[in-house]
Amino acid sequence: MNIFDFVIQYWPRLLAGTGMTVAQFFLAAVLGVAIALLMGLMKLSSNKLLRGSAVTYIEIFRGTSLLVQLYWIFFVLPLFGLSIDKFTAGYVAVGMNIGAYGAELVRGGILSVPKGQWEAALAINMSPAQRMRRIILPQALVNMLPPWGNLMIELLKGTALVSLISVADLMFETKQINGSTFLSAQAFGAALIIYYVLARFMVTPFMRWLEAYMARKMGRA
Amino acid sequence: MELSGENTPMVSFRKVRKSYGALTVLDDLDLDINAGEMVSIIGPSGSGKTTVLRMLMTLEQINSGVIYVDGKPLTHMPKSGKLVPASERHLRSRRADIGMCFQHFNLFPHMTALENCMEGPVQVLGLPKAEARDRSEKLLELVGMIAKKDQHPSRLSGGQQQRVAIARALAMRPKVMLFDEVTSALDPEVIGEVTNVIRGLVSEHNLTMLMVTHQMGFARDISDRVCFFYGGKIEEQGHPSELFGNPQRERTQQFLSAVREAV
Ligand SMILES: Nc1ncnc2c1ncn2[C@@H]1O[C@H](COP(=O)(O)OP(=O)(O)OP(=O)(O)O)[C@@H](O)[C@H]1O
Ligand SMILES: [Mg+2]
Repeated sequence: MNIFDFVIQYWPRLLAGTGMTVAQFFLAAVLGVAIALLMGLMKLSSNKLLRGSAVTYIEIFRGTSLLVQLYWIFFVLPLFGLSIDKFTAGYVAVGMNIGAYGAELVRGGILSVPKGQWEAALAINMSPAQRMRRIILPQALVNMLPPWGNLMIELLKGTALVSLISVADLMFETKQINGSTFLSAQAFGAALIIYYVLARFMVTPFMRWLEAYMARKMGRA
Repeated sequence: MELSGENTPMVSFRKVRKSYGALTVLDDLDLDINAGEMVSIIGPSGSGKTTVLRMLMTLEQINSGVIYVDGKPLTHMPKSGKLVPASERHLRSRRADIGMCFQHFNLFPHMTALENCMEGPVQVLGLPKAEARDRSEKLLELVGMIAKKDQHPSRLSGGQQQRVAIARALAMRPKVMLFDEVTSALDPEVIGEVTNVIRGLVSEHNLTMLMVTHQMGFARDISDRVCFFYGGKIEEQGHPSELFGNPQRERTQQFLSAVREAV
């Protein structure tokens, strides 16, 4: 059976799996960006407790494997009375992991804004929160978008791990089809192409569009 | 606690000391600037000129002494009969009297010229947008930048950016304006467009101004008083015609002749 016949025969399951992968990706991305912003700002805080918490978080989530984190959230937390369904456990684990990497990007982006911008904002008497929100973050965002593009691709690939806790994503469906048909080349070939298409023709163009949009807002385009 | 009396200076440095580690940058500085006065600061590199302005803008903390603005302490606040170092809140309430323009303009790159000017009035002063726009447009008109109000800074020349930066600072209606070498980063042919704006401020507004500059001719033309800084101290000060025409101190003479030779 060639790959086209394979896709024609199994497309409903491949499509359902792809839908689940996109949902996991989207939710993990939203959570990851929020965590990155929070942890990045906390790491720059002058408050020792906030800074220490952020450093600890980033160390734990960057220093250990995503798969182990996923198993912890899904299999170990219930032992402490905190049960999460597999769908939620999936994107939460991936999002928390990506958030730790993103926090460094946020921190770097903020530090890359010239000191003169802080000073000019202070000279018009803005409060520390206004300086961050109105002057520094918009510029930091522009500076950190290119590395965020890479991180989003990593995030997409990372979602494949949720199949290991039986979330019915693209990887899970592919393995199921392979298990019952033994059409390994076709099954994993199709998955390979779909992941590539998602990354190359959806995530990357969206990030490019965002970069161009921000550049326009900065009057650079 | 407060300075009072008939002729309370607009700005008053009282025994202000500033050091970075072991390096003393300003040593017991005493300097009074009267309301409406235009004072220029000249001196060799590293003599502490920028530091004076940055302390007044509260960009740097001072090590000892007190700075007063409009008779009220800026760097300190009264607390149970004593002056204690100012809180962020006190600084915010007193900083409103002061505006500053920087050598490298520091316009906000993600905002147009008009938005740069409106940011403070809207966000900090809480003015309605229409009023802030009106005020900002008038100031952009004043500095000759109204035609470019919708341009981002990246589309403006250095001289144009600096004029927008002046309008941005004025939009906050400060009592004291600080200029730190605002023409040093500009090409020679556009320096005039910025100095003309400052000249206009001297004649039109009752602003108090403190300007650090390397342009001796300009300082001589527009200042009511010139202070020559050397090694963190005021070595000599006086009316420009005296300080430039008949400097008393040897260091002033050496500095001025070195500057003249360089031209
Ligand atoms: N953040 C800092 N940390 C350490 N030293 C500093 C700092 N800022 C300034 N200095 C030092 O303080 C001294 C005075 O600096 P300042 O910038 O006030 O000089 P200036 O008179 O404005 O010189 P220039 O004409 O070069 O601008 C210099 O010796 C400088 O190296
Ligand atoms: Mg200087």
